[in-house]
Amino acid sequence: MTVEATAVQAKAVAGAEAKMKGAIGRPLKWYKQLLYQVLCLFVAFTVLFPIAWVVSQSISTSKRITGFLPEGAITFEAYQKVLDKPTTNPVSFLDLTFNSFKLAAGASFASVLLGVSAAYAFSRFKFPGRGFVFLAILAVLMLPSVATIAPLFAFMNRIQVGEFNLRNSLWGVGLAITSGLLPFATWNLKGFLDTIPKDLEEAGMIDGANRNQIFFQIILPLSTPALAVTALFGFIGGWTEFYFSWQFLTNPKDFTLAMALSQMSGQYARSTPWDQFCAFALLVALPVSVVYLALQRYIVSGLTAGGVKG
Amino acid sequence: MAIKNVSAVPKAGRASFWIRSRDTRTAYMYILPAVVVMAVITLFPLGFQVYMSFTDYGLKNLKYDAPAANWVGLDNYLHILNGDTIKNVIPSFDFVGTLTFNLWWALSNVVFHVVLGVLIAVLLNVEGLWFKRLYRAIYILPVVIPAIIIATVWKKIFDTDTGVFNILLGFLLGPLGLATNVNGVSIIKIPWLENSQGDFMFLPIAYYALLFTNIWLGWPLNSVVATGALQSIPKDLYEAATVDGASGSQQFFNITVPMLRVAMIPFAVFGFITTFNLFHLSYFMSEGRPFGRTELLVTQAFKLVNTNQLYGIGAAFAIYMFFILLTISLITTRITKATASVD
Repeated sequence: MTVEATAVQAKAVAGAEAKMKGAIGRPLKWYKQLLYQVLCLFVAFTVLFPIAWVVSQSISTSKRITGFLPEGAITFEAYQKVLDKPTTNPVSFLDLTFNSFKLAAGASFASVLLGVSAAYAFSRFKFPGRGFVFLAILAVLMLPSVATIAPLFAFMNRIQVGEFNLRNSLWGVGLAITSGLLPFATWNLKGFLDTIPKDLEEAGMIDGANRNQIFFQIILPLSTPALAVTALFGFIGGWTEFYFSWQFLTNPKDFTLAMALSQMSGQYARSTPWDQFCAFALLVALPVSVVYLALQRYIVSGLTAGGVKG
Repeated sequence: MAIKNVSAVPKAGRASFWIRSRDTRTAYMYILPAVVVMAVITLFPLGFQVYMSFTDYGLKNLKYDAPAANWVGLDNYLHILNGDTIKNVIPSFDFVGTLTFNLWWALSNVVFHVVLGVLIAVLLNVEGLWFKRLYRAIYILPVVIPAIIIATVWKKIFDTDTGVFNILLGFLLGPLGLATNVNGVSIIKIPWLENSQGDFMFLPIAYYALLFTNIWLGWPLNSVVATGALQSIPKDLYEAATVDGASGSQQFFNITVPMLRVAMIPFAVFGFITTFNLFHLSYFMSEGRPFGRTELLVTQAFKLVNTNQLYGIGAAFAIYMFFILLTISLITTRITKATASVD
């Protein structure tokens, strides 16, 4: 079931791509064209409206909300302010970004690296305990990672070396994020590796390659797209991770972008000017949105394949 | 289908492949790093979670040299069901109410996502429509924006006094005399996300604000999947139907819908579980208001630990969640399997 469904999806996405580049086809009657264009424009309007509004607020001079359009002259003052000091904490935008980046890159890299080797074993070997361990991974996947916050907090809080407390550090948060990402990465990559024909490896074996050579020289290059998509999911997840950082970290110099965003939006945040909040939200969203948009094709097929199996 | 055929190696070949690969040592070598890491940071904490759920684990037990928590048996589980002791800390705590709302939340969202996603995909798939690529590029935008940004921004959009949603309502309904005028801007001050809000059709209006936001956020991906499925329907089917004299709507319901079902149902199931566990909207937008009625299981689980520091109860709550999600998965797997073929 999974394999067929994945194939249907893959074919479907490929079909959509082909179609998008395809011929114009026979022309529509003018009144139909008009009606459909009106509908499409309306949908486009609903999609763009909130985005346009945030952009408009972020460059508005006025400190109060007055309507749809920015009031007064366009200004980038809000951007300057949030880049310098987004919250009342003594951290700059760059500090926050760097912390978020460390979490995102670290957790994503660790989960893919460990995940792909485990996925390979699950996909290609039979060994005692295989079924049990894989079932355990599936069971873990069932629980959203926020539901593991109590034991992770309690467990890491007990790991104290001198001044260093694992829980109250980016390492602890990174481990907590990896704890959620790794089962997903393993399962997702196993799904992909299962679709790589075994003939290739058999050919490799006949030519005298050993298991490691097959893994590094045949399997890994073939799974680059899946690795990239899994890593990107992990990165996006880590980049805006909120609940672990919010629960674990107390030192402002460890704070992340998502935490700052929450501080600017929560119920005690009435003091944050809207233009600054909007500017900050756009700055946080921009990098991942651009990457996502650029790799959209691969991500969507990766997502749907994963969805089918879920 | 295609991939399965490719990987279908002849029987003899496969058997010998397994025999040769019965090199368990190599297998363990590959799996060891991941399993060790997972055992330490995923499985051990989960086991610890089970232990915690039977204790009164709290602030007093957190420090590294703190005493072990007291064993309380099934107390946490019972208290979650009947609200004892938890209500002293969270007056609005209502497990069954939250679960019911959570199920309805996921179901209602997915219906809108799938229906809108399919309709818009069909619209964009019309032959000869202009600017298709431009529309597709615009429509994907909600998917690429991080959820936390969407949630915090839409909270501002639904702000009572200054949110653009109320301003938009004022603009549309102002001529009917329903709006108030503030600084020359007409606005209808609906307290979407406040405790002072009212109900509409048995549900607090915050639900509709969340629903509206999640529809905005959720239909585009469904549309992408539906587009893919639409493109994979063979053109001959429609040609044959046209030859047989089937009308446009007959073709839609007898060819398009059944063919789409194969791709859409598994994705709807995926969407149901994602929406069921959607943390950000409830947490950041309504913050559970009014009085915890828009709380979801995930946000409640987080608040038990984060806000109320009830670690033992939080752990038991997570165990409940596990069994609820397990049940949902078992049911949805059945639905997916039962509807896997076109006929």
